[in-house]
Amino acid sequence: MTLQQISTTRRAFLAGSGLVIGLALTPRLSAFAATKGVQAGGEDALTALNAFVKIGADDTVTVLSKHIEFGQGPFTGLATLVAEELDADWSQMRAVHSPADDKVYANLAFGLQGTGGSTSIGNSYEQLRKAGATARAMLVAAAAEEWGVPVGEITVEKGRIKHAASGKESGFGALTVKAATQTPPENPKLKDPSQFVLIGQELPKLDTIGKTNGTAIFTLDIATDDMLIAVVAHPDHFGASVKSFDDSEARKVKGVIDVKQVPQGVAVYADNTFAALKGRDSLKIEWDLSKAETRSSKALEADYAKNFAEKGLEATNNGDVQAAFSKDGVQTLEAELVFPFLAHAPMEPLDAVFMKAADGSLDIYTGAQFPGMDLATAAKIVGLDPSKVRVNTQLTGGSFGRKAQFGSPYMQEAAAVYAATDRTRPVKHMWTREDDIRGGYYRPMYAHKMRGAIDAEGRITAWDQVIVGQSIMGKADLDETSVEGASNLPYVIPNLRVTSHNVELAVPPLWWRSVGHTHTGFAVETFVDELLQKVGKDPVEGRLALLTNEPRHMGTLKKVAEMADWGSTVPDGRSRGVAVVRSFGTYVAQIVEISAGDDGAPRVHKVWCAVDCGVAINPNVIKAQMEGGIGYGLGAVLFDAVTLGEGGKIVQSNFHDYRSLRINEMPAVDVAIIASTEKPTGVGEPGVPPIGPAVANAWRRLTGSPVRRLPIVNVVTS
Amino acid sequence: MVTFTLNGKERSFDGDPDTPLLWVIRDFEKLTGTKYGCGVAQCGACTVHLDGMTRRSCITPISTVDGSEVITIEGIDGPEAKAVQAAWVAIDVPQCGYCQSGQIMSAVALLQVTPKPNDADIDGAMAGNLCRCATYHRIRQAIHNAADAMEG
Repeated sequence: MTLQQISTTRRAFLAGSGLVIGLALTPRLSAFAATKGVQAGGEDALTALNAFVKIGADDTVTVLSKHIEFGQGPFTGLATLVAEELDADWSQMRAVHSPADDKVYANLAFGLQGTGGSTSIGNSYEQLRKAGATARAMLVAAAAEEWGVPVGEITVEKGRIKHAASGKESGFGALTVKAATQTPPENPKLKDPSQFVLIGQELPKLDTIGKTNGTAIFTLDIATDDMLIAVVAHPDHFGASVKSFDDSEARKVKGVIDVKQVPQGVAVYADNTFAALKGRDSLKIEWDLSKAETRSSKALEADYAKNFAEKGLEATNNGDVQAAFSKDGVQTLEAELVFPFLAHAPMEPLDAVFMKAADGSLDIYTGAQFPGMDLATAAKIVGLDPSKVRVNTQLTGGSFGRKAQFGSPYMQEAAAVYAATDRTRPVKHMWTREDDIRGGYYRPMYAHKMRGAIDAEGRITAWDQVIVGQSIMGKADLDETSVEGASNLPYVIPNLRVTSHNVELAVPPLWWRSVGHTHTGFAVETFVDELLQKVGKDPVEGRLALLTNEPRHMGTLKKVAEMADWGSTVPDGRSRGVAVVRSFGTYVAQIVEISAGDDGAPRVHKVWCAVDCGVAINPNVIKAQMEGGIGYGLGAVLFDAVTLGEGGKIVQSNFHDYRSLRINEMPAVDVAIIASTEKPTGVGEPGVPPIGPAVANAWRRLTGSPVRRLPIVNVVTS
Repeated sequence: MVTFTLNGKERSFDGDPDTPLLWVIRDFEKLTGTKYGCGVAQCGACTVHLDGMTRRSCITPISTVDGSEVITIEGIDGPEAKAVQAAWVAIDVPQCGYCQSGQIMSAVALLQVTPKPNDADIDGAMAGNLCRCATYHRIRQAIHNAADAMEG
């Protein structure tokens, strides 16, 4: 972070206290009370002490989370940071989503509000502790004034403010109005990690209870009696558009109110969801395919491979790769890998609710991963000044990257659907699962060509990797997200070259949980494993010998080997594989134990996982993210591909042909967290990259067959 | 006109008889704990109890529910439900939480029939409930914990 950013942040931080007051944080619902419970942070009047902390008369402390809660735990994590410095009791903590504001609530790693890249804890670590320390200082100043005692004699512990000499004592609530009038300290002193009371504890998550009794409200749950439900018929080719349509049958469906063409397809509006769906099914649409992607996945694969012979964009070029391959006595290993398109498939499909307020302003309720961008996008499309639009971020049923989109293409559709109405009725726009699986913004398809050289002494002397795929960032030159994890290979190999080729497709690309590491982690970790096997080295010892510059890689690898008792006898018919990947500043090593299942595909019995993410804010959340990352990554590696059939038509449509891991396929997972005093880094993504290569490595050692294309089931059962 | 009980209350529905129970519960009865995830009985987010058995409400036409007893996450009660929900909270099973109503409905039904399930029983009862956050490891543990708690 630059100094200028710090000072901007500082101003925004202080300015924020005025901004949050008066903004509607929760939906105004006529039909049922969605606002109760964790989302609202209590019904009592809350007093803002700064942009991130509000305290209620009932002693509750509500943290305004600038990060969206869709399962990775920022509500709990950010509240822990505040509570630590506030010396609050965990039982008084609540969390809600902050309003959309790209300045006050900027992700300090991005410069605008947004959640992604496993940055929530890292970028908030000092900012939210400071918010807690500032609020604490203001409460203490208020107590000193109220009681007529020196500030220095006041202590705060577990939510109680005390003056020992006079025996005076108070909770936060009774002093919060007075506290709000105090001058916030410029630079409140933060605790040394050795003084942490709450950070590092397995505190119960703040959003669990509402998610076990059905009361947690997601965007799809927001309803009013007069709400229109809208769904859009989309093309089954990327880049297609509506040529003509016949809505006469759709309009006959009872409950269908209207049908409108929007830029993304044909929208059906109805009084209830089933009528909207039935209406959509009754549309007859002719699509214009003149600008559509008409190549099949097979054709794309052939086109990708043509790039291998061409000069690419240079990401890394150390030593002299060409010379190393030409040396006498050198053995080489080559591999070509193919990675399919992957849909994110969060459990809650994309959705948004639009409600016009009495003053003509607009409330939007949605799972906003980039709230400021969604707001600006919607404001433009509905023709309102951005100051007249509020984006109210809701608890969201997963994302895995899907809801973080530059230019907010989903919001473009949702806002267009709303804008096409007369705006007298609230509108809920929802995608179905079919819209989601076929909706694009996939983890792009990639192809890698790997070459390795081993000298006469059995040392790996050269590594040459070519990566072909779409640029997620839409760049013409080198896209770091295409090569991350390969261009900064952790292994000491004297001659290293990594190049890439950006290809253009009509299929829109997007980051998918762990971004480039989804494929580079697989390519690097399977290839190094194969090279080590070729020279007769142990996968763990061989890696350690190449990781001499990477103590944290080594730390996790040694730990996971110890957990799994690496080198011990493995039961008959089983095999083990290992992988270690650094992503988003976090180091994760995994060992898997597999066998061949009845269907011929790998059956993963057990995963040992060691993670080093710096200071562990909440070990329970970290473990949960490793478990979840493993399950998410494993499902994709075993089963998942979105493919384009003949003529470019999308093949898959729902969970029957875009398989997700199920409970009977979930391995037992054992997670260890490396003790560390380094600044915390994220855990939402880093559990994903190692699982695929660890399974592939175990599979190759079990069967002798390397995994060169994903998903694995397509290879072993075809 | 279809009549049924929903969480113990007499209800009726006179709209399109093809309307899936899911949308009757959510759109007309305004109970939103039961979720839409796929619409084709592949994910289990819409799981309710119909006459004491788990049912994917997204593919159950309301016309077939006439005279039946429907229980949703909002109405679930009894020792199994209490034990399951307490076990879920104790080890923080949910991540995004969207599928968890369905998971809990399936888990409660399992314990009602099989008070002390083994891992294979859990696989059999829960394999129809997807969790994209892959909280499966904790779901399994929580079901075992709930069974242990009920045993006392």
